[in-house]
Amino acid sequence: MAHGILVLQIAAESLMPVAGRLKQEFGFDLFLDVTATDWPQRRPRFDVVYHFYSTRDFVRVRLKTRVEEADPTVDTLVTLYGSARYMERECHEMYGIRFRGNDDLRPLLLYEGFVGHPLRKDYPKQREQPLVPYRDVKR
Amino acid sequence: MSATRPVPHQQKSAAFEYLTTRKDEFVGWARKFSLFPYPFVTACCAMEFMSVSSTLYDTDRFGAALPRFTPRQSDLLMVVGTVSHKQAPVLRKVYEQMCEPKWVIAFGVCATSGGFYQNYAALPGIDKIIPVDLYIPGCPPRPEMVIDGIMKLQDKIAGERHPIINQDF
Repeated sequence: MAHGILVLQIAAESLMPVAGRLKQEFGFDLFLDVTATDWPQRRPRFDVVYHFYSTRDFVRVRLKTRVEEADPTVDTLVTLYGSARYMERECHEMYGIRFRGNDDLRPLLLYEGFVGHPLRKDYPKQREQPLVPYRDVKR
Repeated sequence: MSATRPVPHQQKSAAFEYLTTRKDEFVGWARKFSLFPYPFVTACCAMEFMSVSSTLYDTDRFGAALPRFTPRQSDLLMVVGTVSHKQAPVLRKVYEQMCEPKWVIAFGVCATSGGFYQNYAALPGIDKIIPVDLYIPGCPPRPEMVIDGIMKLQDKIAGERHPIINQDF
């Protein structure tokens, strides 16, 4: 339990069975979000964090799984929740987490040609990738 | 009709019948009171823009009332709010579609310099991609500041050269 929510720390391989069971048996029918946490000093480096909500019991549950920096891959939840499509796209562009089985991981909020993953801790804060070349401003 | 009867409208009626002025002053006077703003509104400054353009503060008093929602019919680009890198090509295109003469107001601190958005997503000031005539800082700016800014822009327009036929006239 953390902040009043049940937290399940699971291995990356058991994500699909656990999520499937949460949906089928425990009635967590609403997929709230998927995001990631970057721990630069830790191995494995990333937490992939899922939130589910039950509209029957009005409770939430949090799923956490850890992935390595070298291979930040988890299974997609598109087969369980259609809304996972968009959220995994965002998580992919912001943190570089790959979702095995999601065939549409194009940038969602960013643009084509953006290099890097801006919400990773090692992305330089001031780094800009403008689409329009800057003017020569005489000051 | 008698040929000797004087025609009324040809009679001399006042001591002054014409005024002289400079062409640039005259054209500038006409242009500064007929600004047609194009609101490029992207963020929360829009609330302040609505406030300043509606009855209480009423930019109509300054001739800048009627927003045109096509850049081809407007001569004042008001960039209201944060512009992201992803939007920058759109802003650039809108600016290029406007006919001369045209002026640009950076409304609010995000349009001016990016404000507190110094990150991967936000354009740090629209003057990186298009020329800006007037900056109105504030988060959001008070309507009084916007009105003051419009009046400053009007002063600028009144003092500008206004070539209407070619570069020399």
